[in-house]
Amino acid sequence: MAGKIRIRALMKGDVAEVKALIRHPMETGRRKDEQGNSIPAHFITEVEATVGDRTLMTARWGAAVSQNPFLGFRVRGVQPGDELIVRYVDNKGETGQGTAIIK
Amino acid sequence: MNTYATQVLGKAGYSFVAGLLMMLGSGLLAAQSDDTFSEYRDMFGDDNPAIFVIEEGADFWLQANGPRQVSLEACDLGLGPGVVAGAYASLPRYFADTGTVMDLEARLLHCMTELQGRSRPQLLSSSYSGSGGQGTEMEALVTYIAEQSQGVALAVSQKYPQELQAYHLGEEIFFRRAGPYDFSCATCHRQDGKRIRLQELPNITAPAGAGFAYSGWPAYRISQGLVRTMGWRMQNCVRQQRLPQLQPGSPASVALQVYMGVNAGGVAMAAPGLKR
Repeated sequence: MAGKIRIRALMKGDVAEVKALIRHPMETGRRKDEQGNSIPAHFITEVEATVGDRTLMTARWGAAVSQNPFLGFRVRGVQPGDELIVRYVDNKGETGQGTAIIK
Repeated sequence: MNTYATQVLGKAGYSFVAGLLMMLGSGLLAAQSDDTFSEYRDMFGDDNPAIFVIEEGADFWLQANGPRQVSLEACDLGLGPGVVAGAYASLPRYFADTGTVMDLEARLLHCMTELQGRSRPQLLSSSYSGSGGQGTEMEALVTYIAEQSQGVALAVSQKYPQELQAYHLGEEIFFRRAGPYDFSCATCHRQDGKRIRLQELPNITAPAGAGFAYSGWPAYRISQGLVRTMGWRMQNCVRQQRLPQLQPGSPASVALQVYMGVNAGGVAMAAPGLKR
């Protein structure tokens, strides 16, 4: 399920409430496995939410964010029916993406 | 900036909230031990990340899988093949086709092996997420199915002799002290108003406590970033007792759930819950 982002975006008045669940291990690089070997760092470094060519938010993340991050934000100036995209890039250069129609 | 509120629930947020709880803790705890956690829960509002695990589960339910490439739609959870709504509230129950009492996880394992032709040992070893896990098929399916019973009154049946037997076995296990700590479930869960750290310990021998305990699982565990199931909760309690590992869907796990479920009769299901 890694790489997949599930998004819910609901209009409440003139504000859209956006919630997203990102499946990602967010390994800090400091944990060890059962054999005592270090688990390599693997975490999201950048998150971006867009509607069309408008960027709603960007965030720089690091190892302090939990596994399977749950992101929530509210935004004005969008319409029901708009397609909202959330993307991430992690420290290995892997990307993930999810889309939702604002309701 | 168009965005006026961003919020990331992660390790940083968690420890911030934990710090806040410590500040609030001393004053409120004396009066009502659940108040601090209620406040914590309020901070989340309706932000239960389990809403997305429900979607994952619904996808798994419909997805063709295993050597036979069929979905679970023909799986009978007790109310007829494919009927999901309300099924969780009357589980565990006796199933005539296997002649045993099964909880949801045992039944799903049964359907995955019998309908889809998948390997039982493999399914058993991958039922629950490990530390740092991404969520499993079992966890997602249980979340989806339990959500379909939200608001439905718990009615774990005691009609068949096997169901009565399971209740008595569950009761026996509940009160049986064992392991290096000479611990039983009852050691922590027999009295009202007890807690461990900030967690309230429900009195599972009484309807209110059993109802609170039973109706809130599966639940999203904030500290683990995952939905955990009642089967996992049983396994983890047994681990805390330092007893041999409890298998998902095993007779002992099912019996404990029957004991709790019957004691919880009439309480409305409220899963997926949200826990620390």
